[in-house]
Amino acid sequence: MSEWGIDDIQNFANRMRLDVIEMTTAAGSGHPGGSLSAADVMAALYFKVMNIDPADPWKEDRDRFILSKGHAAPILYAALAERGFFPTDELKTLRKLGSRLQGHPGYRDLPGIEASTGSLGQGLSVACGMAAAARLDGKSYKVYCLLGDGELQEGQNWEAAMFASQYSLSNLIAIVDQNKLQICGRTDDVMCIEPLPEKWKAFGWNVKIVDGHSIRQILDALSDAGRARKKPTVVILKTVKGKGVSFMENNADFHGRSCTPEEYAKAVSELKEVIQ
Amino acid sequence: MSGEKLAQRSYYGKALAALAKSNPDFVVLDADLAGSTKTGDFKKVAPERFFECGIAEANMIGIASGLALSGKIPFASTFGVFATGRCWEQIRTSVCYPKANVKIVATHCGLSVGPDGATHQALEDIAIMRALPNMVVVVPCDAYEAYAATLAIAEHDGPCYMRMGRSAFPVLKDEGCGFTIGKADVLREGTDVSIIACGQMVQSCVEAAKILESKGISVDLINMATIKPLDREATVASAKRTGTVVTVEEHSIIGGLGSAVAECLTEEYPVPVRRIGTRDVFGQSGEADELLAEYGLSVDDIVAAAEQSVKQKRK
Repeated sequence: MSEWGIDDIQNFANRMRLDVIEMTTAAGSGHPGGSLSAADVMAALYFKVMNIDPADPWKEDRDRFILSKGHAAPILYAALAERGFFPTDELKTLRKLGSRLQGHPGYRDLPGIEASTGSLGQGLSVACGMAAAARLDGKSYKVYCLLGDGELQEGQNWEAAMFASQYSLSNLIAIVDQNKLQICGRTDDVMCIEPLPEKWKAFGWNVKIVDGHSIRQILDALSDAGRARKKPTVVILKTVKGKGVSFMENNADFHGRSCTPEEYAKAVSELKEVIQ
Repeated sequence: MSGEKLAQRSYYGKALAALAKSNPDFVVLDADLAGSTKTGDFKKVAPERFFECGIAEANMIGIASGLALSGKIPFASTFGVFATGRCWEQIRTSVCYPKANVKIVATHCGLSVGPDGATHQALEDIAIMRALPNMVVVVPCDAYEAYAATLAIAEHDGPCYMRMGRSAFPVLKDEGCGFTIGKADVLREGTDVSIIACGQMVQSCVEAAKILESKGISVDLINMATIKPLDREATVASAKRTGTVVTVEEHSIIGGLGSAVAECLTEEYPVPVRRIGTRDVFGQSGEADELLAEYGLSVDDIVAAAEQSVKQKRK
């Protein structure tokens, strides 16, 4: 466990938000909306919750993190860079030819990337396999998997949910970034996934629901997760897509496009105001 | 013993059971078909390392990926149609792209599945697996070679696809035979026509070669048990010996062994290539031998194709 307090973690989250805006604007494409909604939980995971070491990124007993919503790659890259896994200078190579920062994460392209993701619906299955491997090896590491809410429309997630429950994978923690928007609009309109907590409960999971922008609530939920006896845990985060940049908040338009120069200036000035 | 009828999947099961004892990193996954695929033989030896995934192939592939990325060596099995088609994109993204050390082993491939009909006859699996970067594609010719190939893909570090049939059919190889990925098995050298085959069809080609020899046609016969990486050297050498090639597979002529051989020869040593396989159609219910005859894969069809190739060459 790190020495960083809640304010520090909040500050890292906002720095990572600024990284996201800078790198996606430099790339001229990418997915800022769903990266910003996940910034707070990513800061909590990388600066507090997970047993990880940037100096030894593949140590055997490390906790694993899988970004199943792989289009939010910018926030994963920002978290890894800010945590010291690779130089922050490299962030600006996002989506460029020859870069380690692929448009969607590639397995071990960078230290700390545990799986290739971006084709939605596959990450939770891979996470289940890792959790099962930990069980076989008698290891106590945990496997965290961040999912989008729209992503839960993929049926494979529910196959994985059954598997995790059947095999009592209590070392598996799914996190749903429920920002309620997907590329074509409101998740409720595109293909409603509700009632979400009831669905996970029915699949045999321990369910927690918290404010996805409250570092304290996130830490409480995650510190407790993995303790449920014989059950996997899902933490449903109530989030705002584009969180932290006024004109991007709750705006599906920013699911898959980067800022114009004017938007960039405004976003940077807003974020710099809150960063210490 | 040569000629004895044995099912490949039975020997796959035996090989898995042997692997279970050899290394604790071997794990096996199945999708409610462990009795048919014979992965149940592994479960008997190492139940804690056997993962029943239920009827959910896409998830099974993801689980296998996660196990492999954690140092395990997973074998994931079900019928060929489901093992490759139902979860092709999971194999692409979660297995081949990260080069996860996953072995996908399918049974019940080809027309000889028989009465189950078109839905269960995998005739496109070689094509769709061969197209994936990092994937090795292996099609053993009989039960003994299936055993050896199972051990060989277990040793190979990276994604592999192995294809087997359902029924028992006569063995060609000797028990205890070896298997080298990427190495063609030249069964006989000849001068008039090359026959390059894989899987169960190799046996039919041996019979066809005997008939052709009796008619004075010298056959160069290759058991091409690795489709990818193709043994290009052996393929070109055979084409040079004979000047004309017939390929034979229990698979569509689109994208399988015939395509692989034609691609190689077009680039390196162009000679006519005649492909025997299903011709862009689905199968149907029937007995194995009836189906092979119905779709042009009988011994007589192979003989006729070879004769035509020789005739075409002499023009």
